[in-house]
Amino acid sequence: MALETEQAQRAPRQEGTPLLQVKDLHTNFQTMDGVVKAVDGVSFDIQPGASVGIVGESGSGKSVTSLSIMRLVERPGWIPSGSIIFQGKDLLKLDDEQMRRIRGEDIAMVFQEPMSALNPVYTVGDQVAEIVRAHHRVGKRAAWARAVELFKLVGIPAADRRVHDYPHNLSGGMRQRVMIAMALANDPDLLILDEPTTALDVTIQAQILDLVRNLRERVNTAVLLITHDIGVVAEMCDEIIVMYGGKIMEHGTTHQIIDDPKHPYTRGLLAAIPAMGMKGQRLTVIPGTVPSPLRMPSGCPFRTRCPNVMDVCSNYPTLKTLDDGRQVYCWLYER
Amino acid sequence: MTEVLSEQQPAATASDVLLDVRNLKTYYPVLGGVMRRRIGWVKAVDDVSFSIKQGETLGLVGESGCGKTTTGRSIARLLKPQSGQIIFEGKDLLALKGKELKRVRRDLQIIFQDPYSSLNPRMPVGEIIGEGLMVHGMKDRRERENTVKYFLDVVGLRPEYARRYPHEFSGGQRQRIGIARALALRPKLIVCDEPVSALDVSIQSQVLNLLKDLQKEFGLTYLFIAHDLSVVEYMSDRVGVMYLGKMVEMAEAIDLYANPRMPYTQALLSAIPMANPAMRSQRQRIVLQGDVPSPLNPPSGCPFRTRCWMAQEVCVEVNPPLRNVGPEHDAACHFA
Repeated sequence: MALETEQAQRAPRQEGTPLLQVKDLHTNFQTMDGVVKAVDGVSFDIQPGASVGIVGESGSGKSVTSLSIMRLVERPGWIPSGSIIFQGKDLLKLDDEQMRRIRGEDIAMVFQEPMSALNPVYTVGDQVAEIVRAHHRVGKRAAWARAVELFKLVGIPAADRRVHDYPHNLSGGMRQRVMIAMALANDPDLLILDEPTTALDVTIQAQILDLVRNLRERVNTAVLLITHDIGVVAEMCDEIIVMYGGKIMEHGTTHQIIDDPKHPYTRGLLAAIPAMGMKGQRLTVIPGTVPSPLRMPSGCPFRTRCPNVMDVCSNYPTLKTLDDGRQVYCWLYER
Repeated sequence: MTEVLSEQQPAATASDVLLDVRNLKTYYPVLGGVMRRRIGWVKAVDDVSFSIKQGETLGLVGESGCGKTTTGRSIARLLKPQSGQIIFEGKDLLALKGKELKRVRRDLQIIFQDPYSSLNPRMPVGEIIGEGLMVHGMKDRRERENTVKYFLDVVGLRPEYARRYPHEFSGGQRQRIGIARALALRPKLIVCDEPVSALDVSIQSQVLNLLKDLQKEFGLTYLFIAHDLSVVEYMSDRVGVMYLGKMVEMAEAIDLYANPRMPYTQALLSAIPMANPAMRSQRQRIVLQGDVPSPLNPPSGCPFRTRCWMAQEVCVEVNPPLRNVGPEHDAACHFA
């Protein structure tokens, strides 16, 4: 029925060389009470130019996954195993200098809180020009010209004047545009957006999402969008990865995940959102709360809240690829 | 099913009105200069009027800075409004003082947004919930403890949790504690100020269901403030939309969402990210230009005119009053 939506058509799963391959990634954090496995065996591919969304609730490991790709996990966190193959290179095997060159040039990231990600004592133009000069041998004047050009690209009005503003002069939406301008400064192949609109109001969120959509048509960048808002990923991405308790539950096209979710967690999550016209009906509830990351159940992390739980769920399910090409980690689909 | 019934009830008579807010103005002073003198006002709530009927849920939506939280806090008398009337069961709250005000406060409770900062970390949960009971005259410790245990049970927490401290609970559980605290005084009206926006989706639906159940069980009236438009639609009988301190549209929830009259409401509703592609294809997306103007220096005339695609000369000169544009539907727009 909804197959004719633009997203379903735009999402043929190309079988080319992926731009990014995350293989069995583990990211741990040492805490006073023990080791937290924030990311626990995550694998997925991103094709060049694709748009992939990771959704999950707090503690699902979605943000740590993106930080791991950027190699921004700092002590007390570490990556004990896994590989992150980007354009043929394993990012986890690069030295700091090699990684620094990839960061901001080949892979760029936009964070949730634009105020804390910008330096308050430099003008926004300075900060964008600095990024340009960090990766290219260009003069100050050329870098500034590039900054103005980028500000225009991300739809900042009166760009040639705004570059002289300090972050505090700008509104939240404008700051997020500056962050996106910075991220695009060196034409990255992969743009990671970590909750880019969570701190913004809904009409400003619409502006930013519109901007990212338009940019994707103009600059051929793959996008990895991290969000808790399933509505945002559904509107922005061709593919959705659903995470829970540090693990992937389900990975498929947006159409597959939204219209026909297979994993009990995805089903519960979609049913729990109040939608238009649900007045008077009770909301479906996922019982219980997310288990403490220190006391994740063995096997499937969702089994303590799952309506379809079986004995076998105390073992972690292996990856099942269904006939429609989607990947589910759930014993229900064992044949 | 009761929700459906309540919609079919005859139109409210004056006696059904529990809360009547008239021309409410709450301003914050802006201080400046070496002497920190007042150099201006932020008109956070500027001449807002509405009423809430007994047993209904009135939703208030709007973006940050629109004045929805200030409205809620003014009604709960956590803020002192500049002028206007807040008539609760026939008495003007702004004229009350001392003992009389304290008595009314019992009937008028608030649930806060942030379940982390709104609970005292040094108090066990039993004391957090019981404090209000003590203030309002329940001196007997036994009785208080029993009441606390009863309300913990009502909100779905184990009675023995009374001895634990807030840090031992998850966000959703803390919000239940906040609800139990508000409920313990058996209030008539609860101001719910963004009660679920700090919670994850799977926990949010638990709390929304709980609030609906409690409304039925205790005959509560809610002022439900949130920025999430789908949540407000789900919870509310009627919805008011605020922008820059003014009420710009007010209607029955179903009517407002199906047939918004004020351009701002239309844009706001079209901006909701929707998972369901069938619903998405039905709507026309309006992406507004620019930001909300600074409340320090609001535009003349209609507050929305700087971002409105329908703005004309008249919008610069005359601020459109909230007027009736349909049955139970008011909008503040020259062209609605």
